[in-house]
Amino acid sequence: MTDAALIWSYLSRGPLLWLTATLFAYWIGDRCFRAAGRQSWANPVMVAVALLAVLLELTGTSYQTYFEGAQFVHFMLGPATVALGMPLFDNLHRVRKALLPLLAALTAGSLTAVVSVLVIAKATGLSPVMMASLAPKSTTAPVAIGIAEGLGGEPTITAVLVLLTGIFGAIIATPLLNLLKIHDWRARGLSVGVAAHGIGTARAFQVNETAGAFAGIGMGLNAVLTAIIAPLVLHLFQ
Amino acid sequence: MIPALAILLSFQLIGEIAARGLGLTVPGPVIGMMLLVASCLIRPSLAEMLRPVVRGLLANLSLFFVPAGVGVVAHMAEFRSDGLAIALALTVSTALAIAVGALVFVGVVRLLGRHE
Repeated sequence: MTDAALIWSYLSRGPLLWLTATLFAYWIGDRCFRAAGRQSWANPVMVAVALLAVLLELTGTSYQTYFEGAQFVHFMLGPATVALGMPLFDNLHRVRKALLPLLAALTAGSLTAVVSVLVIAKATGLSPVMMASLAPKSTTAPVAIGIAEGLGGEPTITAVLVLLTGIFGAIIATPLLNLLKIHDWRARGLSVGVAAHGIGTARAFQVNETAGAFAGIGMGLNAVLTAIIAPLVLHLFQ
Repeated sequence: MIPALAILLSFQLIGEIAARGLGLTVPGPVIGMMLLVASCLIRPSLAEMLRPVVRGLLANLSLFFVPAGVGVVAHMAEFRSDGLAIALALTVSTALAIAVGALVFVGVVRLLGRHE
């Protein structure tokens, strides 16, 4: 009994336990995602977050303690964001070919995402911290977290909002775009990448190769654009 | 792998220094991302050298935001009290952004086609 308690008190203080748990939770999430036929609703991050949240609750572990272990995984967001430049570089020829419609759609989609979420948040009386956390919700998670931090939002809330946005966008994109009778794969992909980042992009790739490539472009360019416009737009609402 | 990782981290490092030094709102890693694109344009051989590590990072991109996502446990109260407003803001805004983006793309393609 004392031995088990001693081992637990040792493990619960070091980073090893929660680092291992994070990797296992993601592994399980990824297996669920594959088992569900890669459907957007079975998002591996969502599954992993739910598993870990339950585990923290059951063991009475605080988020701070958890994060001491998980920070090594969290740190990789930075270099991974830099790495997002590579698909952008690879697709520059597509960007050049459709430059005008692409830039117009990017700007319109990005502005709509930031402005509309803040209008609704303001109208429903959400707190300034929640508004700052919501503003970058359509951007890819590593970037959104960075933007939210800079705006005085709560990065951990942003992470969850970004996930939910991606999942929702990936689920409604196909029926919504069919309803609007938009058949151009470039337009369909780009708009989903701008509004629903990586999760939307993964969904676009399942539907059509061109849509996937344009979704990736939309996600990458929107990361840069939202970083610039979110602070400006949020300022108007304060 | 190590040289590629060192280069990616130095792009991020330069980005962080630039963002903080110049007081920019753009996060350091995003500046690093733009540096990566610019550097690959100047030296295409760099892209080939970085590619294996980049592929590894991007293949596991979703894993990296699990720790931040778990942070939701510290904010359950906000989600419980404001859940409906948050859900409304997220769903309406996401659907609008998809619709507007796609319609503008198709609209501009049509406009340009008419002038050609």
